Amino acid sequence: MSAPIQLQPGETFILNVGPQHPATHGVLRVKMEMDGEYIVKAETVLGYVHRMHEKMGENRTYAQYLPNLSRLDYLGALGYTHGHVLLIERAAGIEVPERAEYIRAITVELNRLASHLFWFGCYVMDLGGFSPLMYALEDREYILDMLEAVTGARLTYCYYRFGGLYNDVDDDFIEAANRFIPRMRKSLKKYAALVTGNIIFQKRLEGIGHISAEMCRKYGATGAVARGSGIDFDVRKNEPYSVYPEFDFDIPVYHECDSMARFKVRMDEMEQSLRIIEQGLAKLPGGPIMAEKKPKNIKLPVGDFYQAVETARGSFGIRIVSDGDKNAYRLKLRSPTYSNMHLFDEACEGMMIMDALAFMGSLDLVIPEIDR
Amino acid sequence: MSLTVLNVIVAVVIAIGFAALNAAYLVWAERRGAARIQRRPGPNINGPFGLLQPPLDGIKLMTKQIMIPGGADKILFMVAPVLAMAPAILSFVTIPFSETIVAHNMDIGLLMIFAFASMGALAVLFAGWGSRNKYSVMASVRAVSQNVSYEIPMLITAITVVMITGSMDLKVITNAQAGGFWHWNIFPSLHSPLMPLSFILFFICSLAETNRAPFDLGEAESELVAGFHTEYGSMGFGLFFMGEYANIVIGASLTTILFLGGWDCPFGLFPGVWWFLLKIYLLIATFIWIRWTFPRTTIYGLLNLSWKILIPLSLFNLLLTAGLLKVF
Amino acid sequence: MIQETTREALQSLFAESAPAVEVEAGAPRGNGVITRDYNAHGYHLDAQVAADQLVAAVEIIDQAGFFIESITGVDWIKENQLEVIYDFSRYDFDTCRVVIRTRVPRDQPIVPTITTIYAGANWHERETHDFFGIKFAGHPHLIPLLLPEDADFHPLLKDFKA
Repeated sequence: MSAPIQLQPGETFILNVGPQHPATHGVLRVKMEMDGEYIVKAETVLGYVHRMHEKMGENRTYAQYLPNLSRLDYLGALGYTHGHVLLIERAAGIEVPERAEYIRAITVELNRLASHLFWFGCYVMDLGGFSPLMYALEDREYILDMLEAVTGARLTYCYYRFGGLYNDVDDDFIEAANRFIPRMRKSLKKYAALVTGNIIFQKRLEGIGHISAEMCRKYGATGAVARGSGIDFDVRKNEPYSVYPEFDFDIPVYHECDSMARFKVRMDEMEQSLRIIEQGLAKLPGGPIMAEKKPKNIKLPVGDFYQAVETARGSFGIRIVSDGDKNAYRLKLRSPTYSNMHLFDEACEGMMIMDALAFMGSLDLVIPEIDR
Repeated sequence: MSLTVLNVIVAVVIAIGFAALNAAYLVWAERRGAARIQRRPGPNINGPFGLLQPPLDGIKLMTKQIMIPGGADKILFMVAPVLAMAPAILSFVTIPFSETIVAHNMDIGLLMIFAFASMGALAVLFAGWGSRNKYSVMASVRAVSQNVSYEIPMLITAITVVMITGSMDLKVITNAQAGGFWHWNIFPSLHSPLMPLSFILFFICSLAETNRAPFDLGEAESELVAGFHTEYGSMGFGLFFMGEYANIVIGASLTTILFLGGWDCPFGLFPGVWWFLLKIYLLIATFIWIRWTFPRTTIYGLLNLSWKILIPLSLFNLLLTAGLLKVF
Repeated sequence: MIQETTREALQSLFAESAPAVEVEAGAPRGNGVITRDYNAHGYHLDAQVAADQLVAAVEIIDQAGFFIESITGVDWIKENQLEVIYDFSRYDFDTCRVVIRTRVPRDQPIVPTITTIYAGANWHERETHDFFGIKFAGHPHLIPLLLPEDADFHPLLKDFKA
């Protein structure tokens, strides 16, 4: 819903959304120049939780740096640590046992599911519907319990090791995961009936926050933002890594380019994650969970290495420039929401504030991940 | 004469007590109800079923310091919460709970309630403007435009009922519906076949008038922080909160009187205040249910709904009823 | 497919047709395009260009339909140079990751902006400016992004002392 703006000088005012604002879910600040309820210009101000993880990467050994990765995105931490271990394994040439790769895929997908569930609940709460958050948190609780049992943490996991895992999964985990899948499928049906089918909800999202595929490309948007704009892009399919080629799953793509499309993409992704978990549990091979040949102190060869993974929020990239030492000469984290959020300034111009915040929610922001 | 005055004073005190008690315990009911809907226990620590929660909340709010933001308009800022609560209480004076339980019945009771209901918008405007907060101003502008646009279809629908009954006296309106549920205004009659529609219109409008979800755009906490009461703490906030619930009771009472036969029993048995209370609390439960189920609408969606759908429909209904009254 | 065409297009930037070969490890390489082993490095094409060729190189990438992944810097203090690295990738299944890098002297770190080509480069360039002090000539709004607004230090420089 956009209206032509006839701007008179001095008729606008600056609205400071954040750093503490209920809709920004963290310390994000957007300086909005408003004409009544319409946004004339928005400028995102970042850096309120900037911790300079990249400098820490230069001062710590690769193994010491592992826990840092899970502090980027506290909702989908496993995906980020996965990227790091994959990069080190690629550069140092470490072979990972198949069982470890399967468990990694299962736990990453569980974490993705937990992240999407939390986003789903918070997003509906942004739009003023409170109850779905509680249902989503209940489902998420099962995932966190399962992950806690194997990884020892509920949010900031440090489960993967170079060449394998820190802990094998037991029968309890497999049984709990197998019980969880039908339960989650039932919940997804409930969400579709309660939220996706709701007329108010549809009215609030359809046509709101249009992002064209070309705009995605210019800003480097990935994840559900790109897939909601009709771009069939998922690192798991485009640049297969780990054991993802072994799984049969689809990449949901919607062509409406609006917030509803992004919402539907994430809802469908939950089902796809369930499929991957299901297949992973069925195919889970035996064997060791740790590579046998692994140097004690990992040193990478001189060079420039890059690894992209698909996290819950999009394509996460990690680049290490190595000078042959045991820590990185330069470590760069390419976080997906950084690029996704960058769209917001341009896309929200001319929107009403409530639509803009509905649009912002559909980007699935995690602020520590933007600020790093 | 003095006895009448005393009577009125006692009745008014009772009305205030009823309003305050209702406001306090509806908060409890809402929190418990919401908790039920969301599969959690809700307030259950203080007293049996958490029943001591509202008075303790009241004590907490009253012992807190009243903060007035720098640069705020002090008078408007302080007057607004009072203005939010007072009209709601005053409206109770003329609501007939049963044949005998009414503080002061008036020939123009309906008009008086609507007159007081309009003052709620003023309270919101004062609060928003007086707070000197951009979010509050935006929210109060929203809330006022919302109240203004929803009063129109609400009044037109009420006029339909008044035309059928021929009176603005709430007691007369109720008595006209006596004798079983088929006499209630909610069901279509010869003169007004679209009565169920009127009921739905009126119900939607009363949701919007009380700033309740899905029409709580004046608060819209995910967009406008807490809307017009962003800057309010302590009992200033408490009064807004209680005013909201008192307004809900008024809205439910009015809907009951106009459409659901007031204290009349559906089957003609034991008419009395209990039926009235049962009906209003059922309606309030529906309010709560709706709030915790639906997401919020948008401001333009809300205004479009009023001006493009509700007002034409209610006008059509009015014309149809007027025509049929002339014919039959 | 796209890998070859992009490679040829990038190659046309350089006068000599032979690609620059990486000199011994660690030493600065000359400008030119190198095809990398994807399995070892995680990207396909690695082009080093001069700072004044940068916009032309990024235009080629833009024409070919790549999306921008990120921009970052590296401080090569021994060679007294700052490197700016641009990452590009593709949405389609014709996977090709392109890395474009350019080196500028440390005492005069000026690189042309590519915000006119990729709007999304805006924040990446601001971030690189924050961390390395690299100036992007023509950038519309080169103020600190992640660092405080009055920051006058560049923490990822190797000679930065906290």
